[in-house]
Amino acid sequence: MSGPQSKIHLNVNGESRTVTAPPMKRLLDVLREDLHLTGTKEGCGEGECGSCSVRMNGELVNSCLVPVLQAEGANIETVEGLACDGDLHPLQQAFLHCGGAQCGICTPGMLMAAKHLLAQNPHPTIAEIREGLAGNLCRCTGFMRIFESVLSAATSGTQETHAR
Amino acid sequence: MNMLAKNRIVGTSVPRKEGVEKLRGTARYVDDIQREGIWHGATVRSTVPRALIRSIGFDRRIDWSEFTLVSAADIPGENHIQMIVADQPCLADGQVNHCEEAILLIAHPDKHKAREAVDSVHIEYELLPPIFSIEESEKKQTVIWGADNCFKSFLLEKGDVDSAWSQAAHIIEGEYRTGSQEHLYIENNGVIAEHSAEDGVTVWGSLQCPFYVHKSLLAVFDLPPEKVRVIQTETGGAFGGKEDFPSVIASHAALLSMKCGHPVKMIYDRIEDLAATTKRHPSRTRHRTALDANGKLLAMDIQIDTDGGAYSTLSSTVLSRATLHSPGPYVCPNVRVRSHAWATNTVPYGAFRGFGAPQTVFAIERHMDEIAAALKMDPVELRRRNFLHQGDTTATEQLMREPVLLDILLDRALAESDYYNRRARFAVENANSPIKRGIGIAAYYHGSGFTGSGERYLSSLAGIDVSFEGKVRVLVSSTEFGQGTNTILAQVAAEILGVDYDDVVMAPADTGIVPNSGPTVASRTAMVIGRLIERASLQLLSMLRDQAGLSAQFSREQFFNACDRLRVKNGEVVSLCRYEAPPGIYWDDQKYSGEAYPAYAWSVQVAQVAVDTVTYSAEVEEFWSAQEAGRVINPVLAAGQIEGGIAQGIGYALYEKVVLQNGRMANNQMTNYIMPTAEDVPPIHVFWEELPFQHGGFGAKGIGELPHDGPAPAILNAIKDAAGVSFNAIPLLPEDLFAMLHAAHKIEVPATV
Repeated sequence: MSGPQSKIHLNVNGESRTVTAPPMKRLLDVLREDLHLTGTKEGCGEGECGSCSVRMNGELVNSCLVPVLQAEGANIETVEGLACDGDLHPLQQAFLHCGGAQCGICTPGMLMAAKHLLAQNPHPTIAEIREGLAGNLCRCTGFMRIFESVLSAATSGTQETHAR
Repeated sequence: MNMLAKNRIVGTSVPRKEGVEKLRGTARYVDDIQREGIWHGATVRSTVPRALIRSIGFDRRIDWSEFTLVSAADIPGENHIQMIVADQPCLADGQVNHCEEAILLIAHPDKHKAREAVDSVHIEYELLPPIFSIEESEKKQTVIWGADNCFKSFLLEKGDVDSAWSQAAHIIEGEYRTGSQEHLYIENNGVIAEHSAEDGVTVWGSLQCPFYVHKSLLAVFDLPPEKVRVIQTETGGAFGGKEDFPSVIASHAALLSMKCGHPVKMIYDRIEDLAATTKRHPSRTRHRTALDANGKLLAMDIQIDTDGGAYSTLSSTVLSRATLHSPGPYVCPNVRVRSHAWATNTVPYGAFRGFGAPQTVFAIERHMDEIAAALKMDPVELRRRNFLHQGDTTATEQLMREPVLLDILLDRALAESDYYNRRARFAVENANSPIKRGIGIAAYYHGSGFTGSGERYLSSLAGIDVSFEGKVRVLVSSTEFGQGTNTILAQVAAEILGVDYDDVVMAPADTGIVPNSGPTVASRTAMVIGRLIERASLQLLSMLRDQAGLSAQFSREQFFNACDRLRVKNGEVVSLCRYEAPPGIYWDDQKYSGEAYPAYAWSVQVAQVAVDTVTYSAEVEEFWSAQEAGRVINPVLAAGQIEGGIAQGIGYALYEKVVLQNGRMANNQMTNYIMPTAEDVPPIHVFWEELPFQHGGFGAKGIGELPHDGPAPAILNAIKDAAGVSFNAIPLLPEDLFAMLHAAHKIEVPATV
């Protein structure tokens, strides 16, 4: 992508980052290409599949629909920021043991959506989990094990209820 | 029926081998690989379904010297994608036979410029008459492929169908249609290719079958096997959609790399992937069935026709599996199946989970309910009366040597779903409700492994080695794309070798490193490759005992110490095994008779649906699946396969419609090609019977495709139960329900709503 470049400041997973990029470059591409955070995936490029879900200032967004200009000064959370000091996040642990990840391509987005859900609602019902994850498509699992993973992480009582 | 030995690792739900990397976001999918100096590829495609190419023009506002262009004239070897028949060009040469057929390739260092340049190439066509349907193709008035548009036909005959009609108490006919279906793996097709004069071609990509791609590249580049290397990267879903198509995109990227002198990355976006890559074959199946007065099958006359698209790709083998699954899990003395795969001017159809079986299982299992209705019989009882049992023979005269647990699976599915009580309750409740509920079943088998002589032809080689760092490596070209290949093969090796699960790693799926264990398709990995890893592990233990002093009882440490001694002696610790067919099996490719599959997995599924007579939506409210697929190696992964397959089957039945306009997919976006979401998939209950198969890895048979075969007929049978109207075509969308229910005047819409 050529044309005028802007200097954009982001706080990504707690680290202050500055990138020089075209203002309309997708946040997804800035994360993947400029910051080499390739955990965030592209599935459809039109906000339908949720593979590129990240949290931006505490809101769940499809990073394929966010021009990076709009993220100036924002706090961005991606899958790379989930594990703490090398230890898997309770959601990652639950997905591992309950079979919530198969091919893994939807998994980073699904984890961010699940994290967002639990941040707002630490003890969701299955119906609330279904609604919370409805924007994230998984073609492998049929979702059953994802629901179980989120439920298991929620009931383990160790998830970050204060997460922003 | 529990004859299972207790194992340390097999039969337990150890976590997915590559799970941590996937959960951390560090697993490397092809588009995650960034390299200095990489160029990006794009494809100029046909915008018409059938034409001669008159000229190719280039917009003068573009400085084409910045770009590398590749046409058919640049291909050093054969201009064919090597599948079963070499009829599909790698790049169109003078003629196109479907929309989206690749004509010209473009590479540029800037991804966006490469894509934008596609629209600056102008192609003039001389249009030829296209055909788009089975009906047009079988008429043969316009011939677009070969002499008669027919890619392949089969005739399967048992007994004497024609003499049975006169003895029949009932003759029931029906026609059943299935639409196409897109795999919708969340990771689109993509590769990186690098060509050099010294090293030849190397491809990294999202793919199922490294050696298929290898074979295709050999032909396109006219290179010896050692000059082509194919490496699978982490693969974000496949479902058959990365069985044949990666040979196309890999060839394209490698041609661009050859000409531009840089590695070339070619990643389709969703729009291109949906429009240009393979999908499930549409089908039409006709049944004519004779029964005696007691509802026993006397004769089945089945005619199957599939739409194969513009080139043959895998249509002949898909048709084969469709043919062999069409009579269902029933005993019938007289069976005739005539089947044809037809050419049309659409994107070639290809492999998709089930591989022809979901089409014909839909037909027979819908037809069984139509027969039951005509005979005023319980559809459950009709099936039970005709089930195959041990000692019976199938339509191909294959003797059922092993016990067949269909009755047990049926009883389990009925009990768990409370089938009869629900059915009775709905009949009462429906009368006064705009929501009509119903419950339906499907019973079926799915053949594990390649059809007929296929596994013998493949002659797969697989094994293990042990590194000096003390890791057991599994050496297979069998790939992981979510189904659990890595995990179950590591479990098998660890179990036999007496080591920990964490001691076993997978060698990279790299044709330069691993032997050819065949393609990762046909529900063959657990059964066939699992067995090879089991044998290779046993063989290694025997070598260690004979040559390195390993005692009969040994610890993990003693095992690795013995490996060290063997390495000193032999220079390496490696054990490979080649496929051996189970004894006494026979298959006649000409007559299409004998042992069609080494083993069968069996399933009975039950669906509960609600049909809303206000919105005309049909929703699956609950789903039960009982199956026998041999030994279950990893319960969590196996259940994930069943649940995922059922979700795809629900999409196949009620949501997913490939809309073609002039032979091109019109709804090639996730916005308007709709798959079930987290809110659409009902609670799914999974139940196993385990009957170890002697010739499968630790007793395993195939699981992966099985669950996709049954949901569509179970759901449409449930809709018949709910609404009283027979629907014989999928996908069944609300507009179809609206039209049919109104036409049938079956539904009284309460005045208040």
